Amino acid sequence: MPGLTVVFTEWVSKNPPYGLSIYTPEYYQHVLTSVQRVAIAFGLATLLGVPFGLLLGWSRKFKDFVFPVFEILRPIPALAWVPLAILMFKGTESPVIFITFLPAFFATTLNTMLGVHSIDESYIRAAYCLGAKRAQIFRHVVLPGALPFIFTGLQISMGVGWFSLVAGEMISGEYGLGYVIYSGYTLVSYPVIAIGMITLGLVGWISSALVRIVGTSLMQWRVRSLGLGDGS
Amino acid sequence: MAEFTPATLKHPPQGEIRVDNVSHSYGVGKFAKEVVKDCGFTIEAGKLTVMIGPSGCGKSTLIRLIAGFEKPSKGSISIDGKPITGPGKDRLVVFQETALFPWMSAYNNTLYGPRARGEDTPEIHREAQSLVERVGLTAFRNKYPTQLSGGMQRRVELARAMINNPKVMILDEPFRGLDAMTKALMQEYYSALHEEFHQTAFFVTTDIDEAIFMADRLIIVSNIPTRVCAVVEVDVPRPRRLVDIYENDRANQIKMSALSMLHEEAMKSFVGGSKAASDFVDAYSKRTGKT
Repeated sequence: MPGLTVVFTEWVSKNPPYGLSIYTPEYYQHVLTSVQRVAIAFGLATLLGVPFGLLLGWSRKFKDFVFPVFEILRPIPALAWVPLAILMFKGTESPVIFITFLPAFFATTLNTMLGVHSIDESYIRAAYCLGAKRAQIFRHVVLPGALPFIFTGLQISMGVGWFSLVAGEMISGEYGLGYVIYSGYTLVSYPVIAIGMITLGLVGWISSALVRIVGTSLMQWRVRSLGLGDGS
Repeated sequence: MAEFTPATLKHPPQGEIRVDNVSHSYGVGKFAKEVVKDCGFTIEAGKLTVMIGPSGCGKSTLIRLIAGFEKPSKGSISIDGKPITGPGKDRLVVFQETALFPWMSAYNNTLYGPRARGEDTPEIHREAQSLVERVGLTAFRNKYPTQLSGGMQRRVELARAMINNPKVMILDEPFRGLDAMTKALMQEYYSALHEEFHQTAFFVTTDIDEAIFMADRLIIVSNIPTRVCAVVEVDVPRPRRLVDIYENDRANQIKMSALSMLHEEAMKSFVGGSKAASDFVDAYSKRTGKT
């Protein structure tokens, strides 16, 4: 185990003995690569998962047809997809993104669907009563009503995204924080492993915070009702 | 409060609802349970009709039928002579449970009906503002429902219904769950609104005092399956105040006869374990000294 001081001096050293610190350009390239991969995978998972989940929750028929397949694919661990992903996709980039995308997509979809189911029937009845059509109920009731669950899903999605990203990067790829950790292990440069882990912690925390900030700005009604804001 | 003269009305009262020999059951074949049986009554235009009966007796089913969410198994319901085929903006239901959208401010909730129908005009905004003021919530218009007290939420719901200018307001135990003080205030408040606007209203409750205070006409219904036991004209003059109604001989007389009618029904439902029914039995035995 590397000592804390060894790790820290390596991390902030202008001339790092193990070759990785905040002064080396590779460090930022690794961080950037990982962030980019997660961003693409998370973006895709959100763009596809939210509408898909809304549809699953809103249309009984669609759910009856699609959900069983979804439920069989969902429990397959992201790691089990690695060999197939490498065979299916060309290059090093797409398999890693695919591995990251998959569990994020499942988390987003499932939570969005549960969000639609969580909406109290009385809101929908009230909207019908006030003259709203089905499409308007979808926009004015279903979407905002599911939003708290959707953002829970996005938080989980971000978490499992980073989780599978690191797994993917350890197996394929020549950049990224997962790669840093794994190469640190193979090259017996233990401080590098710790730097990779701490950096993952930091970027993971920042990305979750970003999701939370977007969530609270979209759900002022919730912030205020839970007494999290100024209540004005 | 403005006295009732035709000049205070925007339109002559509309929205006479006729419930004609309606029966309704859930389930099919031998599993069918009849909830409403041969019900017939009229909700007169411009009047406040109150329906009272033991809790769990199928009153809410009747409301769903009148609102058009469901079709009766037998019989017919019509409004101003036209049969009811589905929900419509001429009949608005204020539900037992609060159905304000928690993601919209009080003001946006009030405006929802016109907006959904694409009538987001300056006039409707003016009307919304005056309604919000009328229900005393101008200072709270930008608050979300969860930031408001139970009574305030109820008032927003009234405003949200009234802005659509429905021919008939249907209120399903609207003040249930409010504390006694707020409930009394809301009763006086709604009664005053009715005296001002003379909007046709159908009000369902399990509270005898509330029923008599509000009603122009009282419909007493039976335990499940719901049948009409009696129709009583509550000829107590308006405007009414809660403090006066307790002293009013006519009101007390109606209350006594209503209670004795309800007592029998309540006993049946009491055997089934209904809380509201046991309240009736209590109230009745306190009045008469018998059980």
